[in-house]
Amino acid sequence: MSRLTDLFSKKQSDILNIYFTAGYPKLDDTERIILALDKAGADVIELGMPYSDPMADGPTIQESGSQALKNGMKLAVLFDQLKDVRTKTQIPLVLMGYFNQVMQFGEEQFFAKCMEVGIDGLILPDLPLEVFAREYKDMYKKYSLDSIFLMSPQSGEQRIKRVDELSTGFIYMVADASITGKQGEITKKQIEYFENVDKMGLKNPRLIGFGISDHQGYTTACNYANGAIIGSAFIRQLKQNPSNERITDFIYGIKGHHLIA
Amino acid sequence: MRYSVDQEGFYGVFGGAFVPEMLYPNVEELQSEYLNIINDVDFQEEYDDLLKNYVGRPTPLYLAKRLSEKYKARIYLKREDLCHTGAHKVNNTIGQILIAQRLGKKRIIAETGAGQHGVATATVCALMGLECIVYMGAVDIKRQAPNVARMKMLGAEVRPATSGSQTLKDATNEAIRDWIGNPTDTHYIIGSVVGPHPYPDMVARLQAIISKEMRWQLHEAEGTELPERIVACVGGGSNAAGAFYHYLNEDSVGLVSVEAAGLGIHSGESAATSVLGTKGIIHGSRTLLMQDEDGQIIEPYSISAGLDYPGIGPMHAHLIDSGRAKAISITDKEALEAALMLSRIEGIIPALETAHALAALDKMSIKENELIIVNLSGRGDKDLAAYQTYLEGLNDG
Ligand SMILES: Cc1ncc(COP(=O)(O)O)c(C=O)c1O
Repeated sequence: MSRLTDLFSKKQSDILNIYFTAGYPKLDDTERIILALDKAGADVIELGMPYSDPMADGPTIQESGSQALKNGMKLAVLFDQLKDVRTKTQIPLVLMGYFNQVMQFGEEQFFAKCMEVGIDGLILPDLPLEVFAREYKDMYKKYSLDSIFLMSPQSGEQRIKRVDELSTGFIYMVADASITGKQGEITKKQIEYFENVDKMGLKNPRLIGFGISDHQGYTTACNYANGAIIGSAFIRQLKQNPSNERITDFIYGIKGHHLIA
Repeated sequence: MRYSVDQEGFYGVFGGAFVPEMLYPNVEELQSEYLNIINDVDFQEEYDDLLKNYVGRPTPLYLAKRLSEKYKARIYLKREDLCHTGAHKVNNTIGQILIAQRLGKKRIIAETGAGQHGVATATVCALMGLECIVYMGAVDIKRQAPNVARMKMLGAEVRPATSGSQTLKDATNEAIRDWIGNPTDTHYIIGSVVGPHPYPDMVARLQAIISKEMRWQLHEAEGTELPERIVACVGGGSNAAGAFYHYLNEDSVGLVSVEAAGLGIHSGESAATSVLGTKGIIHGSRTLLMQDEDGQIIEPYSISAGLDYPGIGPMHAHLIDSGRAKAISITDKEALEAALMLSRIEGIIPALETAHALAALDKMSIKENELIIVNLSGRGDKDLAAYQTYLEGLNDG
């Protein structure tokens, strides 16, 4: 059983998935931040592979990616940073990036490396479902990788069913028609969409992401899905202060644990 | 060999629609509607009427006598510079605004490099009374100031793209992000044969009027529809796609795609994608692009904002990969020299982009009396500041 499937079999609600960009704010922060997040109580970590042209991301994540690239982050460096991570933590780790990065590394080589270091799944927003189904589905299986696809408020019912069919681990439910990092309250229309999808009885758990930045957003997401994904808000925290203490405070704040002053 | 797009949106191995799920419905709507709309009689009548009475088509196919003498050839210039707004870009924006209307869209976004596509988009939005937002790299806003002023005069909002190299690639990223955030009311008018399927094919079809006219015009002038070679500059490749379109299956007609070498192909400051590029994905399309071994896109450079792009459209990648088209790279300096040359011997000041196509004549080993068409994609008013600097340099030197 994959670490993600295992997690969701034990815990179906209040899942907190934290995104951060590998190699940010400092090149060698990757492992430290993973361990700090695990200790603070995050359930899943989505590790961003920094990209020059991140089409689905807003300025916060794009800037963190540019900084990570300036720091010298490369896929070979990242895999090297992760080579002992599985001796230290069993938290589910998912890589997020753009399909061109995988293509240039060599698809099969990339999947093999992921398995070797203990990556559990991939989020590649611009890998089309049908291309995945035709060319890569079997390879994901071979290398024990979960295929996590996105659905958005614009996705029709047939499309959502197809996403569910081809996804394993969980479905990334994009909260709003937007890129990452959009801020603001969750609207009635979004709630309607969350409820409608909830009624569809999909086989995969769902995590809601994009624009979730605080305790309130997290609770709302947890009411309508299995949990939430927080990215830009955490990057802003890292930018301000990336220490382990502040990371812990951030996670407690999101979960609503009372802080001991 | 098949040069047109297939059912799934591919030209050979190039093309497709590699877009995030948030864009899937937008792209899917266009994929399922664009051919029905373009083939509809009502659309065609309106499109033809606007091209004739608003744009000023057909544009002349002009036998450039002194240029021909210089190269001992018969060189025709297809005068897209005489289109309303000063470049071929308007052929596409007229078509796409009519498509947007038929899809019930109320808000138009576009990216622009040289500003010609931005102006052409702002123009048709004014014509149809639609809201218009143009994304433009902060660097390009500076170097193409006259076009920024024109867009504002026409009522468009120009939003600077401040990420990356702050040029065409980054403006395109910003436009895509806007589209993700506004999926239902907005149509994105892409300015070249780039982006996810169906854009490359849709834009090529809307620019195909160029070669459609060339065929009958050349027949009238020379008694043959077929030149020996057609030369066009390639940024994303829309003017070249239009100039090649009705000749793709005429094997006797050579196709020459001219790219920007910037300061030199191997100078690190270049946009010569066919030489420096490898297969990858940019802006939703699998094509040739300039990238490092990790797939990070390399920031290109050219003096010409319209050619300063790290990829080429998938159709051009296929034409070059299959050997159907031959690519030639031209440096900044060679382009400037060619712009001055054409101004002095034909009285036509070309756009910097177009000047690259003209400079290629020097590198083509032209046969005596060879029948050549150069697509004169645009006029040079927007580039006068760069030309002035160049002239001053000549005088000082
Ligand atoms: C006059 C002119 N020619 C050529 C181009 C390059 O675009 P494309 O390769 O799509 O024709 C531009 C782009 O701005 C332009 O303004």
